[in-house]
Amino acid sequence: MLSIKNLQARIEEKEILKGINLDIKPGEVHAIMGPNGSGKSTLASVLAGRSSYEVTGGEVEFMGKDLLELSPEDRAREGLFLAFQYPIEIPGVSTTNFIKTAVNETRKYRGEEPLDAVQFLKIMKEKMKLVEIDQTLLSRSLNEGFSGGEKKRNEIFQMAMLEPHLSILDETDSGLDIDALRIVAEGVNKLRDGKRSFLVITHYQRLLDYIVPDFVHVLYKGKIVRSGTKELALELEEKGYDFIKEELGERVDA
Amino acid sequence: MSEMLNTLEQTALSDYKYGWVTQIEADEAPPGLSEDIVRFISAKKKEPEWMLEWRLKAFRQWQKMEVPRWPNVTYPDVDFQSIKYYSAPKQKKTINSLDEVDPELRATFEKLGISLDEQKRLSGVAVDAVIDSVSIATTFKEQLAEQGIIFCSMSEAIQEHPELIRKWLGSVVPATDNFYAALNSAVFSDGSFCYIPKGVKCPMELSTYFRINAAGTGQFERTLIVAEEGSYVSYLEGCTAPMRDENQLHAAVVEIVALDHAEVKYSTVQNWYPGDKEGKGGIFNFVTKRGICAGIHSKISWTQVETGSAVTWKYPSVILKGDYSVGEFYSVAVTNNHQQADTGTKMMHIGKNTRSRIVSKGISAGVSQNSYRGLVQVAKNAANARNFSQCDSLLLGDQCGAHTFPYIEVKNNTAQVEHEATTSKIGEDQIFYCNQRGLDTETAVALIINGFAKEVMNQLPMEFAVEAQKLLAISLEGSVG
Repeated sequence: MLSIKNLQARIEEKEILKGINLDIKPGEVHAIMGPNGSGKSTLASVLAGRSSYEVTGGEVEFMGKDLLELSPEDRAREGLFLAFQYPIEIPGVSTTNFIKTAVNETRKYRGEEPLDAVQFLKIMKEKMKLVEIDQTLLSRSLNEGFSGGEKKRNEIFQMAMLEPHLSILDETDSGLDIDALRIVAEGVNKLRDGKRSFLVITHYQRLLDYIVPDFVHVLYKGKIVRSGTKELALELEEKGYDFIKEELGERVDA
Repeated sequence: MSEMLNTLEQTALSDYKYGWVTQIEADEAPPGLSEDIVRFISAKKKEPEWMLEWRLKAFRQWQKMEVPRWPNVTYPDVDFQSIKYYSAPKQKKTINSLDEVDPELRATFEKLGISLDEQKRLSGVAVDAVIDSVSIATTFKEQLAEQGIIFCSMSEAIQEHPELIRKWLGSVVPATDNFYAALNSAVFSDGSFCYIPKGVKCPMELSTYFRINAAGTGQFERTLIVAEEGSYVSYLEGCTAPMRDENQLHAAVVEIVALDHAEVKYSTVQNWYPGDKEGKGGIFNFVTKRGICAGIHSKISWTQVETGSAVTWKYPSVILKGDYSVGEFYSVAVTNNHQQADTGTKMMHIGKNTRSRIVSKGISAGVSQNSYRGLVQVAKNAANARNFSQCDSLLLGDQCGAHTFPYIEVKNNTAQVEHEATTSKIGEDQIFYCNQRGLDTETAVALIINGFAKEVMNQLPMEFAVEAQKLLAISLEGSVG
């Protein structure tokens, strides 16, 4: 589904990704962990096509297409979804209206008829249950005045509505209390159907108790320095990131 | 962001889709302005002596007046002697019914999306259409007449209802009010008149469509709305013009009178040709609009969506004379490329317990300049006056300007006047978020600006809200890359 080969990227003059290799197959859940500043969020932004990052080398294939050649909106329409770490507010645009526009733009791209209001509301009702999101929240301006938990839940709700092939969750757990975390994770788990894939970016192991990954990768200084199964996350939790640094032969200050 | 700005510099305004010229023979006055021309116009319209005198008085005053220089706009001086002040589509005979309107004209209306037949049958909106300077047809007249509502062209009103015209014309905007109002008073060739009798709620939206067609002409229409005690009317005007390299002058006057407990809602969707992307051509839109809440508990509400014109200069205002009267002003002004707009309102609180509300949303793109200018005045005896003003500006790119000039004059210490203002930019992060959900940048910008302008758009009559939303998007097409 997603194949990243030697991906390098920078922002302004600063090299951040220094050769990422990663393969994600349909139905797999991959977790990317790593200390602050290792390039986790940059990877998410580059895959989604944020223009402030410049790709300086490497290849990315997504669903058989050259991802880096596609505009951000076409990447989305091809089924790549990014749940933002900091979801953006758009005053005056109701969440419902926003999602309806998003769903219908994607349908148009795929040559499908737009959903009418009745069809849309029917699907919306189903997906609302999935992430335990409230109707009143969806009538409000997109993310405006939402709590941290509401914003994240809204991201997962949009994900459910758009039914992407690959969902990238960029530190979705940050700023969530344990209940919100559980709801968000359950929402994701209900979307796991053996075909959809997930790339879960997180700083802490905690989220992975709820969304159990097939693979865990450690990103450090712009490279994946270790890959393993979910046990790797537990090991990281126990020993901290320092043991990775030690393994890499770096001096760790006590 | 820099990529967005570069594209912004390079991109042009989308095609102005109302830019055609209708090939209709016109009956015109020679260019220039003199007493003779004023007499010519009055004679053409077979006006009574009192009307001619009214015009001449305005003309003589106008000659002594100076072009206003205080708005925050710059444009070449208008050569008033090169403009044709009268241009009427030539018609073979008097029109008795819609079916007799020149087919070319009918086609024009259809292009404008206001097929008169359609309007008549389906939408329940009564339309008065003014091409160049002359009112062409008023639909629905008979149905309205059954309730005593008068909705006709100004020319017809002068002939048929002289007592009403003599009483109200110039009562809100005096013939010599300002430079352009005086000019309008001297040479106006048509417009709409609307009279709602006591206690009548007008059952449909009334609408006027203005179109400048002939080259080298100015358009000077005059609209008068009188709402008698306890009556209600909602009125909408729309306007378009052909694409021409020259600037054309539009100097209209709108007067509204609301008596005790009457309510008038006046909505404008202004889409005159804005000029090309280099700033060549386009309409100079210098308009005086004023309403008076003459009676107690009366209400006047202005809603405007301003997307067209090269230069706009207008301040729909309300004189709150009656106790407990209410004035409202809701505005969205969009400027792109070289457009300039200096627009806002005046709320003059004279009566006790009067209230006013101002919501202004300015959207600037390209190298345009967009100014809000508003005056809230509370007179000495206007006890307990309340005003709330909100002026929000949205910038697209970094070469356009947004300016706010709020003036507050309060002479009664029981008044409460609030003013809030914000300026924001469409952020790259907002666009990217939308892109990531499958919206292309154009769609994203349209969504964001419609969200920004929502409070005003919600005030528009349902029939026109959708059209106005599309218009906003079209006006800004290509302004973010």
